[in-house]
Amino acid sequence: MIITCPYCGPRDLVEFSYQGDGNRTRPDPASTDQATWNDYVYDRINTAGDHREIWQHAGGCRVHLTVVRSTLTHEIRSVALTRDAGHRRSGGHRRAEAGDSTGPVSGSAEAQP
Amino acid sequence: MVEQLSPLGDAWKPGAHGRMLGGAGVTLVETRPGSIVQLAAWRGEEKTIIDTIRDVSGLALADGAGAGVAEASRAAFGFAPGKFLVVDQAEGLGATYRAAITTDHGAVTDLSHGRTAIRLSGQRAEWVLAKFFALDFSLAAFPVGLGVSTAHHDVFAQIQRTGADQFDLYVFRSFARAFWTSLCHASEEVGYEVR
Repeated sequence: MIITCPYCGPRDLVEFSYQGDGNRTRPDPASTDQATWNDYVYDRINTAGDHREIWQHAGGCRVHLTVVRSTLTHEIRSVALTRDAGHRRSGGHRRAEAGDSTGPVSGSAEAQP
Repeated sequence: MVEQLSPLGDAWKPGAHGRMLGGAGVTLVETRPGSIVQLAAWRGEEKTIIDTIRDVSGLALADGAGAGVAEASRAAFGFAPGKFLVVDQAEGLGATYRAAITTDHGAVTDLSHGRTAIRLSGQRAEWVLAKFFALDFSLAAFPVGLGVSTAHHDVFAQIQRTGADQFDLYVFRSFARAFWTSLCHASEEVGYEVR
């Protein structure tokens, strides 16, 4: 698998490290809402199709990347610097973000909440 | 005056080695810069840092990914968004940049003791490097001056092309002896000279 880093260009998978599901939004750290934290820590969309995820170009420029990758074909649909990808730092709830332009990229999962 | 010690130690063996058919395919040199300094710009301050590199080192970097300039005794290149490596054979560049770049614009990290600079040159330099890194080292894809960040088996390396058949590699000092030894092994088939 080759990921095209916006800064470095196309690089082999070995230079990247997976940093997790890119559809999650970290809850407000002051929140004690157990359902929100449970959702953030454990629940995953588990998409069969285009999936937004965070990768770090650890063996290169070391930036974090928001990658949309097909979990069926490993095809990379898009790569952007995570700092430019419109992620919110905290607050919100990803289930409440459906339809939001910064919400989940999940393929079929969004149609089956 | 502090005596500088090379991390390469006994692995640095000057002379000709390997399959020397019709001369050395590559030449390996530890360039021992006096200063290796990393500059990081806060977001939106990249241009300020590029201007500072021009004013302090006299190197005019283009505003683009990996853009760099290499001269005989100094070089600079971008290796990540908003981050630059500046190298000089003279010592003391870290202090000069610390004075020139305030915390309003970015951060200065003196890596002079943390990196080892290795120069690989010669007709087969591209061939030898291609055995280490999955990158296109052809002159068209990797022009003179360009810098890249990459890794070989988790040994992080920054590479700048400083000539048509010359590359400068910056690796962590603690990995330098192992990496140098690997470079020597990879160069055996083309013949190599250590200076």
